[in-house]
Order: sequence, then C-alpha cells, then structure tokens
Amino acid sequence: MTASDLFIALPELFILVMACLIMLIDLYLPENRRGMVSFISVLTLLFAGIMVMRWQAVDSSTAQYAFNGTFVRDRMADVLKVFCFIVLGAVFVYAKHYLRVFKLMCGEYYVLSLFLLLGAMVLISAASLLTVYLGLELISLSSYALVALNRDDRRGAEAAMKYFILGSLASGLLLYGMSMLYGVTGSLSLSDIAASVAIAGDNVMLVFALVFVVVGIAFKLGAVPFHMWVPDVYHGAPAAVTMLIGSVPKLAAFAMAIRLLDNGLVPMQGDWMAMLTVLAALSIIVGNLVAIAQTNLKRMLAYSTISHMGFLLLGVLAGTAQGYSAAMFYAITYAIMSTGAFAVLIMLSKSGIEAENLDDYKGLNQRNPLLAALMLMLMFSMAGIPVFVGFFAKWLVIQAILDVGLLWLAVVAVVFSVIGSFYYLRVVKLMYFDEPETTDKVTAPADFRFVLTVNGVAQLLMGIFANALIALCVASF
Amino acid sequence: MSAYLTELTLAHFLTLGAILFSLSVAGIFLNRKNVIILLMAIELMLLAVNMNFVAFSRFHGNADGQVFVFFILTVAAAEAAIGLAILVVLFRNRNTINVAELDDLKG
Repeated sequence: MTASDLFIALPELFILVMACLIMLIDLYLPENRRGMVSFISVLTLLFAGIMVMRWQAVDSSTAQYAFNGTFVRDRMADVLKVFCFIVLGAVFVYAKHYLRVFKLMCGEYYVLSLFLLLGAMVLISAASLLTVYLGLELISLSSYALVALNRDDRRGAEAAMKYFILGSLASGLLLYGMSMLYGVTGSLSLSDIAASVAIAGDNVMLVFALVFVVVGIAFKLGAVPFHMWVPDVYHGAPAAVTMLIGSVPKLAAFAMAIRLLDNGLVPMQGDWMAMLTVLAALSIIVGNLVAIAQTNLKRMLAYSTISHMGFLLLGVLAGTAQGYSAAMFYAITYAIMSTGAFAVLIMLSKSGIEAENLDDYKGLNQRNPLLAALMLMLMFSMAGIPVFVGFFAKWLVIQAILDVGLLWLAVVAVVFSVIGSFYYLRVVKLMYFDEPETTDKVTAPADFRFVLTVNGVAQLLMGIFANALIALCVASF
Repeated sequence: MSAYLTELTLAHFLTLGAILFSLSVAGIFLNRKNVIILLMAIELMLLAVNMNFVAFSRFHGNADGQVFVFFILTVAAAEAAIGLAILVVLFRNRNTINVAELDDLKG
C-alpha cells in the first residue's frame, strides 16, 4: 500500500471517517439538535463529490488501480459515484422530514446510510471478487438494519427478516459461484479471470459458476424469478428507507453487473446473454402485470421497480458499449425518479400513517396543485411518456437490443411498457379527476419542497437536455 | 483399492462443500417452523463456500483463497449479529419466530 493508493481511494476513506465521526457527534447532540446530523451528512456528500470531480479534472479517463489491483477508479466509477452522492443528498433532505414526523429522528439512519454509500462506492470501484463481495455485504448489512429502523413496527420487523434471509441466501449463492471461478482460474482479480476464461474456452465448471453469479446479481437487482423480497421490503420498510433502497443500491447493482459480467466474464458473453434475456423478459412481464393489481402505492412501486430492473438488464444483456451506457443512463434516471416518487409519498404522510394507499392520492390536485404536478411528471417519466427522461431511458435500451438483433425482446418490452403505463396513469387520474377524501393541507419544510420541486422538474429538463447525460454515460465505456 | 478411496483429493473437498451447500439451501427452503434454523442454514452455506475456497487455494498453491476465507468469516460474524438482532426485534413485536406466521406482508 502506497500513498497513491490512499489518494485513489480518498473519497471512500473520507466517507468512512465521516460516518464514524457522525456516529460520535450524534451521541453528544441533545434531542432537539438532531437535525445537525442531517446537515453534516449532506455536507459530507458535497465534499466527497468535490473530491471525485477534482480527481477527474486532474487526471484523464484512464483507469487507475490501487491496493494490488483490487480497487479501480475509472470514468464509470466516477460518474456513478457522483450520482450516488446527488441522489443520497436528496434522500437525506426528504428523510429528515420523515424521521421528524414519525418520531424516528436518530443518527443511526444517517450513519447506516453513509455506510451503505461506502459499500456502494467500493462495489462500484471493485476490480476483484473480494472487493465485489465486501462492497455488496456492506450495502446488504446496512440495509437489513435500516429496514428494521422502526423497532416497534410489526411489518418492519417481518420485512427485515425476509430481506435478511433472502439477501444472505443470494450472497451465499454468489459466493459459491465466486469460489468456482477462483477454482477454475486461480485468481480473484477480475481482469486475470477474464484472461484465464478466454484461454479455458468451453468449461462446464465455468458455466456452473456463471449460473450462480448471475443468480446473485439477479437477486440483488430484484429481477424475476428472484424478486420475492422486493415487494415485501418496499412495503414493510419505513418510506424513508424504502426510498434509500430504491436509489443508491440500484446504481451499485448495475455496477456489480458490469464489473462481474463485462470486466470479469466477458469471454462468456454468449452464455450470460441468454440467461439475462430470460430474466429481463420475465421481469418486464411479471413486474408490469402484477403492479396493475396493487392498491398500495409502495407495493405498486416495488413491482414497477422489478419491471424497471428488467429494462436495465436489457441494456446489460446487449453486451455492447452502447448497451452498457444505455443501462447506466437507465439506472441513474431510475434512481432519481423513484426517489422523487417516494418523496411525494412522504410529503403526504401524516404522523404515524404513511400515505401508502392509492386512495390517499384522490383529488391531490385540489389539495396541493404543485405536488400533484410534480407527481404527474414523475409518473409520466416512469411510464416512459415522451419528453420526460424516462422515455429516453427506455428508448436507449430498446435501441441497444435492436442493434444486436433481439427484435422479439424489444417487442415484449414495448408492449409491456404500454400495459404498465396503465398503473402510472391511474395515479394521475386519481389525483386530477377524483374528489379528495380530506381537505387537510399538505405541507413540508421549505428545503423539502425545494428539493422535491427540483427533482420533479428535473424529469422534464433531463428529458429535454438528455444529450448531456447520455454523453456522460457513453464516455464511461 | 482405487486412489479415490485411499487418498484425499480436491474432489473430496469439493464434494463435501457441495453437500454442505445443498444441505443449507434445502434447510432454507424446507424449513417452515423456526427462523433460528434459517440462520443456521445461512451460516452453513458460508462454511461450505469456505471449504471450497480453502481446497482450491491449496490446489492452486496460492493464498488468495485463504485470505478470502478470512473476510468471509468476518462478514459472517457481522451477519450473524445483525440476523440475531432482527430476530430479537421480530420476537418482541410478534411473540413468535415461526416462519409460517410471517405473513402480514403479501400481495
């Protein structure tokens, strides 16, 4: 380990130190000053973002390795990390209001979120099976604890248990695959593995290992048929935690798929392409169909996540640079969209009761026209209606699979995204054409409303100025 | 007697690892009674993987696999702590740790 190693991993080290410091600061803060923790956390993200961006200004886009080739810093890592910071910053602002309203205000949420972020950053920068595993476990362990944040909630405890069991099972399967990969290639470094696999050629053991690795990735993304945990966790967790699980870990899971499948197992592209095709098609079909039957917004968004992960996989399975950049664009825009949707849910929640039923959205336009308009933009974007950014995300991944000749898959994707737009538009219909059941005012602090407005309007602006973000994603591969 | 019966080879360790792994997966899917047994099955699964890593590490003659095992053991300890903590929360809220009774969330 040299000084330059530490320099390359500086943002990670900074987040680690700050997470520990915040844990200490929280201990000595009086109950009424807890908001400070949120403020410091957002500042931490800001500085970490500056560190990542400055490095990029100093150095060109060549990949830099650290810690004996276990940690890599390249263009994709930098871009994904910066978006992790942006999304998590928004999550922190929304969560502060939620935690206050639900009397859960405690430093643990912020500390665990920062550790989750650290795990995501390690996973994004992973260049060896070891770093993939450690990053993944740091994300998972933090999110298990976060789901059970509200200790007196029956549903939260149940969701945490289910998440823990299935998540650990997934980690175990992934590890088993990793042990096979190590057995065949004799190395843990992803680039060495790629080189050995290319020489080994057709090998039953490698295909065996690949199956386990793909199952592990599918579990973490929440792709059908490994999606069982997604609806329960989304439903049972506190909304502030659901919002978090739907954002940063999705970016990390995308990076994990790229690191393992592209960086590590690119010689087996034909094999994993076939597996991912099945996963993607099933996710899009099941996610969109089951979401229609949901009356609970959190569950509906969970199934919508499943279908979105199917779309993301479309980009990955194309196996071209164009496909990867499309998937990356999808992951980033999806994280921003889903954060916004959960923020609307939080804003409508009253003390102790989350606004999770679709009926809570009836006549929202009469209660708060701005909030209804923002939700409309978010829903349109998720449905993939043109001009909004969600449309470009879907368009790019479908373009990518058309270029590799998977016409039938593109047709499935388009048909089911049209079917899926039903449940997004149902929310819009409830908001604009139904009578409200209550006339309570919907309010939130100024910073919450500001960030939410930016988040909602961003759906439109990112759609109109999509080229800048697309260029950023294209430059990453 | 064939060499398979008189000598310990890589295949023996991999077979043991595979048997332990299958037992743990079966334990997770067949068990309908007790959450603690699920936690035990998960630990067993990680140990099966460790067996594989150590065997391969010895086979290849490099220490990478054994280093990985140390990390897995450490993470497994943290995982067990969090799993048991969640179990305590679960029992406090519901007065049961029966898997079949965890059915509030569905749809």
